[in-house]
Amino acid sequence: MAFEFESDLENIRETIAVLEQKSMKGDAAASARIAELRRKLATETARVYSSLTPWDRVQVARHPGRPTIDRYAHGMCDDFVEIHGDRVYGDDPAMLCGFARIAKTKFMLIGHRKGDNTEENIKYNFGMANPEGYRKAMRAMHLAEKWGLPVVTMIDTAGAFPGMEAEARGQAEAIGRNLMEMAALETPILSIVTGEGGSGGALGIAVGDRILMLENAIFSVISPEGCASILWRDGTKAPEAAAALKLTSHDLLGLKIIDGIIPEPIGGAHSDPDGMVVAVRQAILSHLQAICSVSKSRMLDARYKKYASIGRFVQERI
Amino acid sequence: MGWFTKSDESRHALPEDIWQVCPACKVHVLKDEWARNLKVCPKCNHHDRLDCRERINLLIDAGTFREFGQEIVPSDPLNFQDAKGPYAEKAKATVSKLGMSESVVTGSGNIGQVRLVIAVMDFRFLGGSLASGTGEKIRLAIEHAIRFRRAFVMVSASGGARMHEGVVSLMQMAKTCAALSKLQKAGLPYISILTDPTTGGVSASFAMIGDVNIAEPGTLIGFAGRRVIEQTIKQKLPKDFQTAEYLEAHGFVDHIVNRSEMKAFLSNLLSYRQSK
Repeated sequence: MAFEFESDLENIRETIAVLEQKSMKGDAAASARIAELRRKLATETARVYSSLTPWDRVQVARHPGRPTIDRYAHGMCDDFVEIHGDRVYGDDPAMLCGFARIAKTKFMLIGHRKGDNTEENIKYNFGMANPEGYRKAMRAMHLAEKWGLPVVTMIDTAGAFPGMEAEARGQAEAIGRNLMEMAALETPILSIVTGEGGSGGALGIAVGDRILMLENAIFSVISPEGCASILWRDGTKAPEAAAALKLTSHDLLGLKIIDGIIPEPIGGAHSDPDGMVVAVRQAILSHLQAICSVSKSRMLDARYKKYASIGRFVQERI
Repeated sequence: MGWFTKSDESRHALPEDIWQVCPACKVHVLKDEWARNLKVCPKCNHHDRLDCRERINLLIDAGTFREFGQEIVPSDPLNFQDAKGPYAEKAKATVSKLGMSESVVTGSGNIGQVRLVIAVMDFRFLGGSLASGTGEKIRLAIEHAIRFRRAFVMVSASGGARMHEGVVSLMQMAKTCAALSKLQKAGLPYISILTDPTTGGVSASFAMIGDVNIAEPGTLIGFAGRRVIEQTIKQKLPKDFQTAEYLEAHGFVDHIVNRSEMKAFLSNLLSYRQSK
């Protein structure tokens, strides 16, 4: 899948493909030209990806080739033991939970699960969790608390599923309870927005001691399309809404909402999924070490202060 | 001007002045009666929306309410501008038009012998939306309740998080719930009263997690909008979907209470708190 902003890159790729066929037939000039074009492709890719608009980044964050939690769990962990079910209603496949180990570092891994192909996308409901998903996540977090494990949450969802059954089973209650209980969870929490951070459905597992974002991930109160249709009364104004919402990692670091950015390979995470997995693995190890080194009471105190201090308002003298 | 012209004018003016039309059943009710009945339709029991002052007068003993946090007014963290112009101007105009600083009013007051902390949202203020100032006022109210060991009563009326403040608004859900977790730890009662409407980010944060959730009859309560759900699942939703009655039947609201009985209900409920 290619983006509009990648059209120049696509042209170069196409030329290379044609030349490769000629080169295979023994055309020496073609081989030299290919090497030259590959260098050009690399510099052009770097140029394009260093000047993405917020709307471009929305497209990258939603790219179907972007690494999913399954790819991370199996690519970066030396062991992963999945656990199922919320012990109340059922098991939500849109939320992956399990014991994870990278070298000697053990933690509870929790995250939205979009799936790697169409069949999985459907099976996992495109990463849009139902209430039992949020309750399973909370159960896993309490289990981690009991066993003395830190929690790593990976956020990648368009939002909590807007369905009739989801409402009947208390989507709002499930998310609200997670927010309250995560604030008081007596074990460290590291949250990483890997793709789409869609509104309350994202926040429902994102109340971390630290929040990181992948460079091209987005985090927003509402989808740009939804915002455009409400505030512009025109869904096609999504690019304008995406810019206004300040939903990119750089914007949110500037607003002090998040604590760090994990750089993506040049050309985005989808262009080098393995490279992305390695970078996330490193980030988890270094950040977990930092947040696990403080005492429980100081950790909870700092977590409360972190969220208490978010928000900008004017204090008038009265 | 002839006497008949005048008479004609007054006949037109009369209904406007003294009649209130019920938005639900369209019956005409005398405005005096409508007000006496607390904006509840005497025919169909439709509970019309109250503003924050009316709500405080309804629930809190006269002369005992002391407001705090009114120094907090909206800022514009994103320099947000939509098709209608800058958010900063819109917010400023709303503050001066309504004479309230944010979409919630907070303070302490009495119900009989009990002094409690109360936060009341007002739907007139940008749809009662939850933004930085709203979240901060609610957090400070909860902190106040913890400090003076009082029960906290939250009256919600909101369409959800305020888009104009982006993720900063979204994070107010986490902020208010973090404060509630402290209230919980302190063992203090939290009563959530859900009024029309309580949806989106407000339902998915503090509104649904009261020790006891109370709702007015017919209140719209839900996470996602009806239209979004219908488009997603491609089917029509039942008429009572996302009403207080639906939520009660599904186990998410403890009690539906008529407006005229709300204060007495609250007073009785809080009497169950054992003094420690």
